[in-house]
Amino acid sequence: MTLETYFDYFILPILTISVILVFIRLIKGPKVVDRVIALDLIITIGIGIITIFTIRSNQKVLLDVAIMLALIAFLGTVAFSFYNRKKRR
Amino acid sequence: MIDILIAILSTIGAFAIFFASLGILRMPDFYLRLSVTVKAATMGVGLLLLCAAIIFPDISVSTKALAITFFLIITSPIAAHMIGRAAYFTGTPLWKNTIIDELAGMYDKENHRLRNSDEMPEPQGEEDQIADTEEETK
Repeated sequence: MTLETYFDYFILPILTISVILVFIRLIKGPKVVDRVIALDLIITIGIGIITIFTIRSNQKVLLDVAIMLALIAFLGTVAFSFYNRKKRR
Repeated sequence: MIDILIAILSTIGAFAIFFASLGILRMPDFYLRLSVTVKAATMGVGLLLLCAAIIFPDISVSTKALAITFFLIITSPIAAHMIGRAAYFTGTPLWKNTIIDELAGMYDKENHRLRNSDEMPEPQGEEDQIADTEEETK
């Protein structure tokens, strides 16, 4: 079993199942804050999937997209909580 | 040899992410879900990025992987702190088997300051945010 088939048939399916499980929470989450952290976790898992896909497709350029996603996920969560504080005031 | 190392690292990383997603689905409370996600997802993505940095013998990939890991480790506790604070202010209930809610009545609802413990009134007058039934937090 080479490393490529290991990535294709073991690591990527685990990450895909993880995204599906978090997506269930994103749909049914009782409050808005649950949905926000679910979306945050989906983007974080997306960074991992992009990393594995970078290894498999041998394209180093794709890591730039991961940097972008890391930036945007943090900004989204912070902006939501800041807006929520302002709204209550 | 290095293939085995990469396989072990990526397996640990993928399982950390999987347990984080299992936790966010199964945990009974918003705050417990928050505590699960940040730690496990940061560790998992960090290990996967470490795999990429080992595989590509190139300094640009190592720098990018280090930058992403550093950024995740710096920013995710800040985001978790802010979202937890906002959730407590908006009245997200705690799990029904929570033993103590030490923040109950300590926050000033008007200006969101934490009160000093000397000028506290007695805390049993305030109601806490612990939920009464399982369905409120599920």
